[in-house]
Amino acid sequence: MLQQPYDIEVGAGTMAPETFLRVLGPKPYKVAYVQPSRRPADGRYGDNPNRLYKHMQLQVILKPPPENVQELYLESLKAIGIDLRKHDIKFEEDNWEAPTLAAWGVGWQVMLDGLEITQFTYFQQCGGIDLDPICAELTYGLERIAAFLQDVDSIYEIVWAKDPQSGAVVKYRDVRYQDELQMSVSNFEKADVEKTWKHFEMYESESQALINQFNALLADKNATADAKQRFPLLAAYELCLKCSHLFNLLDARGAISVTERVGVIARIRQLAVGLAKAYVAQQNVGVESAKQQKGGAA
Amino acid sequence: MPDFLLEIGCEEIPARMIQDASQELQKRVEELLAKNSLPHQGIKRLETPRRLAFIASGIPATQPDVQEQLTGPATKVAYKDGQPTPAAHAFAKKAGVDVSQLQKVTTPKGEYLTASVTSKGKPAAQILAELLPKEIASIYWPKNMYWRAGKPERFVRPVRWIVAMLDGEVIPLEFAGIKAGNQSRGHRILGPQQVSIGSPSQYAETMTGAHVTVLSGDREYKIRKALDAATRTVPGARWREDADLLRTVVNLTEWPSAILGNFDQQYLSLPEEVLVTVMRDHQKYFAVEDAAGKLAPHFLAVLNTDGDPDGLIRHGNERVLRARFNDARFFWDTDQKIPLANRVEMLKAVTFYKDLGSYAAKAERMAALAAKLCATLEKSGQRVDGGAVQQAARLAKTDLTAELVKEFTELQGIVGGLYAKAQGLPESVATAIYDQYKPESTEDSAPRTLEAAVLSIADKADSIAGMFALGLKPTGSKDPFALRRQANGIVKICAEHKLSLNIFELLRAAFDLYDFAKLRAKPIEILKFELDIRLFFLERLDFYLREVKNFPYDIASAVLNAEKAGGVNISDVSDVLARASAVSALRDSADFAAISVAFKRMKNILRQAVETNKKVAEPFNPAALKDAEEKKLADAVPGVAKKVKELSASRQYESALHEISRLRPPIDAFFDKVMVMVEDENLRAQRLGLLQTLVNEFSSIADFSEIVTERNS
Repeated sequence: MLQQPYDIEVGAGTMAPETFLRVLGPKPYKVAYVQPSRRPADGRYGDNPNRLYKHMQLQVILKPPPENVQELYLESLKAIGIDLRKHDIKFEEDNWEAPTLAAWGVGWQVMLDGLEITQFTYFQQCGGIDLDPICAELTYGLERIAAFLQDVDSIYEIVWAKDPQSGAVVKYRDVRYQDELQMSVSNFEKADVEKTWKHFEMYESESQALINQFNALLADKNATADAKQRFPLLAAYELCLKCSHLFNLLDARGAISVTERVGVIARIRQLAVGLAKAYVAQQNVGVESAKQQKGGAA
Repeated sequence: MPDFLLEIGCEEIPARMIQDASQELQKRVEELLAKNSLPHQGIKRLETPRRLAFIASGIPATQPDVQEQLTGPATKVAYKDGQPTPAAHAFAKKAGVDVSQLQKVTTPKGEYLTASVTSKGKPAAQILAELLPKEIASIYWPKNMYWRAGKPERFVRPVRWIVAMLDGEVIPLEFAGIKAGNQSRGHRILGPQQVSIGSPSQYAETMTGAHVTVLSGDREYKIRKALDAATRTVPGARWREDADLLRTVVNLTEWPSAILGNFDQQYLSLPEEVLVTVMRDHQKYFAVEDAAGKLAPHFLAVLNTDGDPDGLIRHGNERVLRARFNDARFFWDTDQKIPLANRVEMLKAVTFYKDLGSYAAKAERMAALAAKLCATLEKSGQRVDGGAVQQAARLAKTDLTAELVKEFTELQGIVGGLYAKAQGLPESVATAIYDQYKPESTEDSAPRTLEAAVLSIADKADSIAGMFALGLKPTGSKDPFALRRQANGIVKICAEHKLSLNIFELLRAAFDLYDFAKLRAKPIEILKFELDIRLFFLERLDFYLREVKNFPYDIASAVLNAEKAGGVNISDVSDVLARASAVSALRDSADFAAISVAFKRMKNILRQAVETNKKVAEPFNPAALKDAEEKKLADAVPGVAKKVKELSASRQYESALHEISRLRPPIDAFFDKVMVMVEDENLRAQRLGLLQTLVNEFSSIADFSEIVTERNS
């Protein structure tokens, strides 16, 4: 199944609900989507040919992973025109961990002629919850792969579009450079630290408040299954994503000391863990009420 | 006798884990076969990133039958009036024999029935099928995963196929839901997906046909040859040996080859250390040097395929390296804008450890501890440039704020040293900063200069003291702060730079430099700290003597158990080493062996005396001794003891040990003629006192009773 990108700032495709929430629980799920991923600290004012503040990930989730998942992955490279017989491909150990999401997995970085083109992870835990079944997460770095396919040294030299009539080309520089430059200036120099902290705290408290409300509702014996199912945990999750992005922004801005860092990460993690738990509970509400209805009819 | 082949087909196993796991599997299989009376004529390990395999050759098709003698009920219960009772029948049934075949045996407890039973050996196939899966499941992995629903098992990566064959026959074992067969898989890209194995003896050859070199040694040979061949294309060039990297690429490939790539001359303006780190650690490339040993603008990449006829792979790798070098140069240039001296302040924002404050505070403590160390060394006659050490200590950690170190953390210290030099600081300061983390492993060399040695010790002692103070000492296999490695480093530096210093005083001083109140941390009790440190360094010294210096274990124990003024005499590393060398030089002499035996005897007698509450006269009264032999021994002690003390004071331990050997005749005579544990209470106490004096006086170099001699080994 193909999905559209999520429209809130995230640092990686993993953070979109299509991954973070869907990998929880027993329900099989297979999805692919492109996710613009913002990492303020990676910005280089458009100067560095290989680093971007915002890059595009192709995120693939296979839950549970099929037995031939690696072979399928290699097929996907063939599909975009890479003749594996002419290249050198290696799966090198690279384990992944996201402390703000209480998520980790083991896997590889896939190296194509010395270039890391994909992060291949078997998710083991997400939001502090052991996954069962697990899923395979394939994250393709699209700019890198495009630069490789077009054999250019700089991401900005990638041909983005070509006029079919005139043959005139639009390069990635034309569509992205200004964004990279201005957002680097903003992230490193202009973002108002005090206000950003305030935003962070507002989003955090709102997200936490929603989680608390849901937990109260869950414990309430008189609450209906419907009331629990319509509770906006997805909104609480969006607020949590906002916190995560603002944390990255403050970090890039140099506003978080190393000592503070650990504490702030723990705060976001608390939201993520709370949400994962609440989400699983909400999914179970649906399953249980369906069971009860069935039992009642019989 | 048939051969047995097992191949566990797996998704790519991390390179760093393959060899250990393969060795462990071999060990487990050897034990399993031995335990089940299935002798083998050799086990051959074969492993690649996608498979762990072994061939056990010449194992019997079935276990041997075993004759067993079962004991049953007492005869008086088993027979009544000469007729077998139900007890006899039950026993016969259990043993599977007729009542008439039961025999009788007389034991101290009376007469009993016995039955001799033959248990048939089981087929090897059945034993392997039953027991091997448990062994596979028990292999240790530093990090493992689960992949099947319900989490039934953990392994390093998903297992995808298993081959298990006893000669041509498939063994029906099952692991992780996979039934073993005779189907293996070839190289991902070059080989066929399915490969039929005819028999274990054909395995390696069949896999070669499928583009998989299953023997790691063969892959290493192939890689070396390929690197040589690729390097020959550049006249006069050589590739730089790198044992770790070689091991890594051996474990990253199934069908290796190598290519030579080039990079632009202009990058050679960056320091070699940076270029080599980028190539080795980030790209797993071998560096190439010219005839003069200087880094040349080429690299070698080991491929997991059979070649690069179109140069596409070389082209791709060159592109990646160019980008990496550009990054490094960008960081280098950026870093030069803020000199190290201006970064001291920035260290206040860099945490050393949660409850141990910032790196700025650590640098202060290191400087103070280094000053103390310098003073101690000066006293023992070693000249250290104290000013350089102070400057280096203050700047040592500033490179942690540099972009280049944030990107290439393994270059910490080295980058600081390079920057110090580039910024015009004295050579001695730059070298001390550069070498501060040395030695980083048992094989790594100690810091080059005395100033660097002092800085390195101060850094390590500060970290060890801080962590121990918080109760974070290493336990079992857990040593998250690499404290063992750091302590090994201190020991090695002391030994190699022949530093005369007391490591326990050093660690105590390091502890005292922490302002725990200000850090709002609660350290453990100081007595507990000192005890922990003592035991910890005792272990590290033992490791150093045995594993690094290759002293036999008994010499290590003897030296580390030597006693001085009531405590263990191990505070000074170079002194410990000097004593171990002396003991080692003399251990094979007849006199020394005799002395060792005598000390063992003395200690035994004294121990028994303590256990049975016998009085030991301390000090003994020479006048109260009776026999000529004991008087002679008592007379000899003070003179020898005085000489031993003098010689020990100037570390002439071999001469001191020779001196002790001269006690052999009186000691031998004493044990020949004198009985220690006599009835006369006073005399006994005096004799025990004499022995105690001997042990006390002559155990400060080594505890001779620890030495293994032929007579008691």
